[in-house]
Amino acid sequence: MLPLLLDNVCFAAGGHTIIDGVTCEIASGPRTIILGPNGAGKSVLMRLCHGLLTPSAGRIEWSGNGSHRRLHAQAMVFQRPVMLRRSALANVTYGLELAGVSRRERELRAQDVLDVVGLAHLAQRPARVLSGGEQQKLALARAWALGPEVLFLDEPTANLDPGATREVETIVGQIRASGTKIVMTTHNLGQARRLGDEILFISAGRLVERAPVDRFFIQPASAEAAAFIRGELPWS
Amino acid sequence: MGDLTSAFTEAGRLIAGADSELYAIVALSLRVSLTAVVVAAMIGLPLGAIVAITRFPGRDAVIVAFNALMGLPPVVVGLLVYLALSRAGPLGPLGLLFTPTAMIVAQTILIAPIIAGLSRQTLEDAWQEYAEQLRSLGATPLRGGLTLLWDTRFSLVTIVLAGFGRAAAEVGAVMIVGGNIDGVTRVMTTAIALETSKGDLPLALGLGVILVTLVIAVNAAAQLIKSAAQRRYG
Repeated sequence: MLPLLLDNVCFAAGGHTIIDGVTCEIASGPRTIILGPNGAGKSVLMRLCHGLLTPSAGRIEWSGNGSHRRLHAQAMVFQRPVMLRRSALANVTYGLELAGVSRRERELRAQDVLDVVGLAHLAQRPARVLSGGEQQKLALARAWALGPEVLFLDEPTANLDPGATREVETIVGQIRASGTKIVMTTHNLGQARRLGDEILFISAGRLVERAPVDRFFIQPASAEAAAFIRGELPWS
Repeated sequence: MGDLTSAFTEAGRLIAGADSELYAIVALSLRVSLTAVVVAAMIGLPLGAIVAITRFPGRDAVIVAFNALMGLPPVVVGLLVYLALSRAGPLGPLGLLFTPTAMIVAQTILIAPIIAGLSRQTLEDAWQEYAEQLRSLGATPLRGGLTLLWDTRFSLVTIVLAGFGRAAAEVGAVMIVGGNIDGVTRVMTTAIALETSKGDLPLALGLGVILVTLVIAVNAAAQLIKSAAQRRYG
């Protein structure tokens, strides 16, 4: 169902414009990093793409027939993982059940994916007593089990220590290797370089620049991106 | 002082001696209030969930109504149910006045808003956390509501038990619609009121001790369930 087309997408809430006329095409293949300072609108843009928010103007279209959102072809992992009050395994099977997977198949797929992310030994443990890093890995497993064509990741390592961050990045790499398109927000330049193929640089709700990772960091085309890379605050 | 001491002694004898009159009253109290709390939970929890996760015009007014109804005076509920069930009332032909069923109806009306109002608050807080994740996974509002009820089950148990405590302890509504008929509709609270006014302190005290013990036990159970669940499930 890729590419995903955004045509002059705007989003306003409470009288404030948060996303201001973003037009772009997100194609399958390269790992797309949505980069920008805090408050730039990265998370809102991602929620618009995922369908959790509706644009106040403009269009968001998945290719294929019609414009309706094909939910089960996409999944999202949030900055703070939301764990249901049940076992780690049941958190994964819950998503599969909503996706219409049969009971027998759910169990097998959930076990498999927990195994791959290294949580098999915690499968029966209540999800909410797991550590922050384990919870985020479980959230990735829950999303991955759905076999999405696109996986949206909203600053998945923002609350994690370096060890857990590395593990999460490894899993993202595995998910990508399994053929899933990765779209991720971050304000961490190192992570953007490690995990990204192309950068969408957002500032003040606008898509300021789009470039392959290498060129973006060596030769940013916009003053905002150059300032961001140099570590200057955009308002100073 | 001597009177009081002998009253307590007599009360202890009634409780320990399994006085049949006393235990019949306790049994009816439990039957009425437990039935009322089950029915009120079946009405109140879904209502609380609907208001917690949906947005509709007049929602704020509904929340205000829930909160206001939580403080509903039992005698007023009793009066309204009495009017509805009395011979001239709209439900008079059912012949329910002065029966345990009438008392169950009155207590259900009394505690359903408590369960709805308190659960609405709990569920709405949980929904803040869950909403995006559940929608992202493709949950319909119905499915999301059921998931929410299940995931907050330990808090909801506490709320339902609070409703039970209120039902078991109220006297005004059951007095009016039940009539405190000996052996038919006499429950702990109405018996205490009657025996006290008659001056039969031992029976009143014995029932009072049981009632207070029951309420403390229910609250202790609620606390235990909640803290055990917190440790177990986070």
